[in-house]
Amino acid sequence: MSGILNSSIGRKFAMALSALFLMFFLLQHFSINILSVFSPETFNDVSHFMGTFPLVQYVLQPVLIFGVVFHFVMGFVLEIKNNKARRISYAKNNGGANSSWMSRNMIWSGAAILAFVCLHFYDFWFPEINTKFIVGDMSGLVDPNNAASGYRYFEELQHKFVDLWRVVLYVVAFVFLALHLLHGFDSAFQSVGANNKYTKGLKRFSKIYAIGIPLGFIFIAVFHFLNH
Amino acid sequence: MDMNLTLKIWRQKNASDKGSMVDYKVSDISPDMSFLEMLDVLNEQLINNDEEPVAFDHDCREGICGMCSLYINGEAHGPDRGVTTCQLHMRMFKDGDTITIEPFRATAFPVVKDLIVDRSSFDRIQHAGGFISVNTSGNTIDANATPINKADADTAFEAATCIGCGACVASCKNSSAMLFVGAKVSQFALLPQGKVEATDRVLNMVKQMDDEGFGNCTNTGACEVECPKGISLENIARMNREYLAASLKG
Repeated sequence: MSGILNSSIGRKFAMALSALFLMFFLLQHFSINILSVFSPETFNDVSHFMGTFPLVQYVLQPVLIFGVVFHFVMGFVLEIKNNKARRISYAKNNGGANSSWMSRNMIWSGAAILAFVCLHFYDFWFPEINTKFIVGDMSGLVDPNNAASGYRYFEELQHKFVDLWRVVLYVVAFVFLALHLLHGFDSAFQSVGANNKYTKGLKRFSKIYAIGIPLGFIFIAVFHFLNH
Repeated sequence: MDMNLTLKIWRQKNASDKGSMVDYKVSDISPDMSFLEMLDVLNEQLINNDEEPVAFDHDCREGICGMCSLYINGEAHGPDRGVTTCQLHMRMFKDGDTITIEPFRATAFPVVKDLIVDRSSFDRIQHAGGFISVNTSGNTIDANATPINKADADTAFEAATCIGCGACVASCKNSSAMLFVGAKVSQFALLPQGKVEATDRVLNMVKQMDDEGFGNCTNTGACEVECPKGISLENIARMNREYLAASLKG
């Protein structure tokens, strides 16, 4: 077991596990966000539960943050190592003849997603942490002194999508997310050694996931922009 | 119709020389020639002009030995599929074409001269575990006497068709050797004779692969497309499974 993370296959495996975890998280995140379109009350209730339930806040959230940081750091570490494996580039390289654009540019789509994650944290996560742990307001209410004011989550969500520039940035980021997932989804399964009779079906499902989830997030952002 | 071509070829005097692309013209090239025969024509032309011929690797010229390499117009072994450079024919090109010819590029495949690269890193990976230990003291069991599932035997044979040419490394944007090592691990992992040393084999071969400076596989699939023998990505997945299981064993 020793040194597994120092091996190329071990790093691949760890990268794939963090990717599978993040893809599961993305599905869960989408499932909650889409509630904001159909039922603001349910969205508020679920958001409050996720924002205050100790298991989510103090166990799953740190695991998620570790997963995100690990995936990005490992991605850049592997890119640097891979660049060292070919110090002199080809004068002419026809990469499009044998591989997809997405597979060859994971580092760039990943970097775009990282920039988006920073914006997303600035928009939602930091204010949330500030409200709960610095201000000390765990009530989740619009007015913490008035229980009748209702939960603040839906209003905060809608408020963020007032500006067109932010909606455009989110849409662009989700396009990069789709490009990343179009290669990343089934690639993660290959990395953990799962290439078998189910691979064809998995590839079809991966396309549905890779396009469907980001498209859903785009729909949510545009919906709130148009319905504010 | 015979062709006139412009060739842009990487020239490098020796391993320490910086090297550069040099342009050449060749004329009256038959579409029925192989790519290496076209380079023979160029070299005769160069020798007649008292110039240094272009050094390139070749041996069997039947697509079996894996010696010929070359990165042609941005692809390992050129634009055709399922062939080595010696089996690539000039009919794949048109009169007036400019063809760019480079050595396989990878830190683990240093250029020796012109288009020749040192692929002995593959040999060292093989030495690390690409074999089975058989007692040849006189009581060796006939391999055919061991029952083997037909599907496993076929898959092992397909993996064993890897000729170690290095096109997988050359095509991979990361210069990863995982298709080569995956094939060499798979051909034994599927057979009873290979299972005895399976744990050490995969650990040692992967370690040697990493020590040689090959990159990490990011599953682009370029290696599978460019492989002249059609070695499947399934072999990399199998190696990953073998490696992870071997690591857990210790």
